[in-house]
Amino acid sequence: MDLSAVFNFQQLVNGLQLGAIYALIALGYTMVYGIIRLINFAHGDFYMIGAYSVYFFGIYFLTAHTGINPILVFIMAIIISMAAGALIAVLANQIAYKPLRYRPRLSALITAVGVSMFLEYFFSSLPFIGPSYLAFPNDAIIPRTEYLLGGVHLNNYQIIDLGVAILLMGFLTWFVRGTMTGKAMRAVSLDKDASKLMGIDIEKIIMITFLIGGAFAGVAGLLAGITYPRINPYMGILPGLKAFVAAVLGGIGIIPGAMLGAFLLGIAEVFATSFNSLLGEGIAFAILILVLIFRPQGLLGEKTAEKV
Amino acid sequence: MKFLNFFKKSTPQFFMYCLAFYLVILLLNQFDIISGYPLLIIEISLIYVILATSLNLINGFTGQFSIGHMGFAAVGAYVSGTLTTLIWKLSVDQPIYQTVPLFVVALLLGGIAAALVGFLIGLPTLRLRGDYLAIVTLGFGEIIRTIINNIDYVGGPRGLLGIPQLSNFTLITIFTVLTLYVLRSLIFSSHGRAFISVREDEVASELVGVNTTRYKVMAFTIGAFFAGIAGGLLCHLIQIAHPTQFGFLPSFMVLVIVYLGGMGSLTGSVIAAFLLTILEKYLLPMGLQALSSWTLPAFGFQVGVEWRMVIYALLLIIMMLFRPEGIMGMKEAKFMMPEEH
Repeated sequence: MDLSAVFNFQQLVNGLQLGAIYALIALGYTMVYGIIRLINFAHGDFYMIGAYSVYFFGIYFLTAHTGINPILVFIMAIIISMAAGALIAVLANQIAYKPLRYRPRLSALITAVGVSMFLEYFFSSLPFIGPSYLAFPNDAIIPRTEYLLGGVHLNNYQIIDLGVAILLMGFLTWFVRGTMTGKAMRAVSLDKDASKLMGIDIEKIIMITFLIGGAFAGVAGLLAGITYPRINPYMGILPGLKAFVAAVLGGIGIIPGAMLGAFLLGIAEVFATSFNSLLGEGIAFAILILVLIFRPQGLLGEKTAEKV
Repeated sequence: MKFLNFFKKSTPQFFMYCLAFYLVILLLNQFDIISGYPLLIIEISLIYVILATSLNLINGFTGQFSIGHMGFAAVGAYVSGTLTTLIWKLSVDQPIYQTVPLFVVALLLGGIAAALVGFLIGLPTLRLRGDYLAIVTLGFGEIIRTIINNIDYVGGPRGLLGIPQLSNFTLITIFTVLTLYVLRSLIFSSHGRAFISVREDEVASELVGVNTTRYKVMAFTIGAFFAGIAGGLLCHLIQIAHPTQFGFLPSFMVLVIVYLGGMGSLTGSVIAAFLLTILEKYLLPMGLQALSSWTLPAFGFQVGVEWRMVIYALLLIIMMLFRPEGIMGMKEAKFMMPEEH
């Protein structure tokens, strides 16, 4: 095997691109987990919904040839995907998770599995979506341009994926560190009861968390759609799981951890796939099991004793 | 009258009920009241009883959260299917005394292989809490499917074809009754108390000397063993083992059965397994067809069988919101409990 061909800059770029998509999903996972200690299985489906919302939007612009500035089209696509993801996330929270807030944690987890299955099968049952793959109209949303940089194939999608992800991560870091709502979010994740006593509206904070998480997952769906332009209603299952692994790898509940874990996982997966496609599919779960055995608090997490 | 007193005890009662069920179905089959498709539905229901009760041991009694139960069934199905179809080359034309013992051996080996895998999956659970475990088991199901898809010897993505139809109503009933008997005896023993204590409070049960790790791994191993047997019975009934049969979707159905019946109630799992299988295979297709005859002219689309998964998911959500304890809660029917309980 020619190692120099495998371990090269090309794979690193591909890995970063995949990592950017994982990072956007993982952030929502980790924020929701940090605040209500729930693994939101439906999070991967918010990502799917983001992709589908833009699919129909893109079909419209593909058929209409409206001559709108492509950058404007792309910004509209981002807004639509974020709005769709956020809407579904907030609805799922209000309808399915909120009534179970003070029940055993397992109840909410089972409900999350139910919400995930509902979204997947509802979409695949709808006659105008269907269970099969659809071609994502990526060229209608933003035309693909290739660059060749010293033997490395780059395209504008890679730059867009990374750019959008970094921009949103920067926004989130500012939001959590620099605003009162962000401060309240951090407080709720530290101690729910105490922050309630301090006059924080916990339900509102949880809703905002779902809103941001859903919006990020939605935009990840859009980025995945333009980068890997085949979408189907089950597209969210595996990226959702892998993003969760990324969140655990970085330390669940820790926002920079999710970003770090996602990029590491994306790079690891691309390199593993370049060796063997079977290895590429399994590496995320291998990493998960190794992390849970050797460093269950994640890379950036601090070890905490179990309280009784 | 001493004789009748014997049958007031729950264990003979349990076997009596099972025998009565078997004889009634057999009798109805003799008179062609239940045959063909309805009999197949009953057979599949019985297999789901095995799957659901064994998952109930892991999820309901031990309080873990495994959502890849069909992965174990896949191991059992592929091991036993490979043995009977590819290695021993059994066929239904051979005399019964040749095929049935080998088939039972194949089933048990499939169960043991699944139990080994369950043991390996159970090991990392020493460090995992419920929600992490869910992800591991889900990932495990995907890994099993990927591995099967890549082994050409067992057919890869085409599936293992031409499996002889060795499962029949009698064998399936025997295995179901044995599963129920073993689980019932296990749960109402001191080991069973230990499983339940792990569910109720892991730290407290460790403090009173329960080896929680051991019991978690044990629950996984036993649950996987029975799931493996169920997988073997299933693939020898429908004569094909295919990777998609053991994906997330059927795992989800078993999960719905367990939670619908009630976590920690074998009786509930049995009732829910019959209820949901009959609902899925018989009532829902009929209901959806009736609905289609109304939506097709009105909205121009058919409500096909694919909507049944939507209904399942809604069923699960609604149940968790309004009756999280399921049909039976933690209650058992009397004959499902040994004496002195």
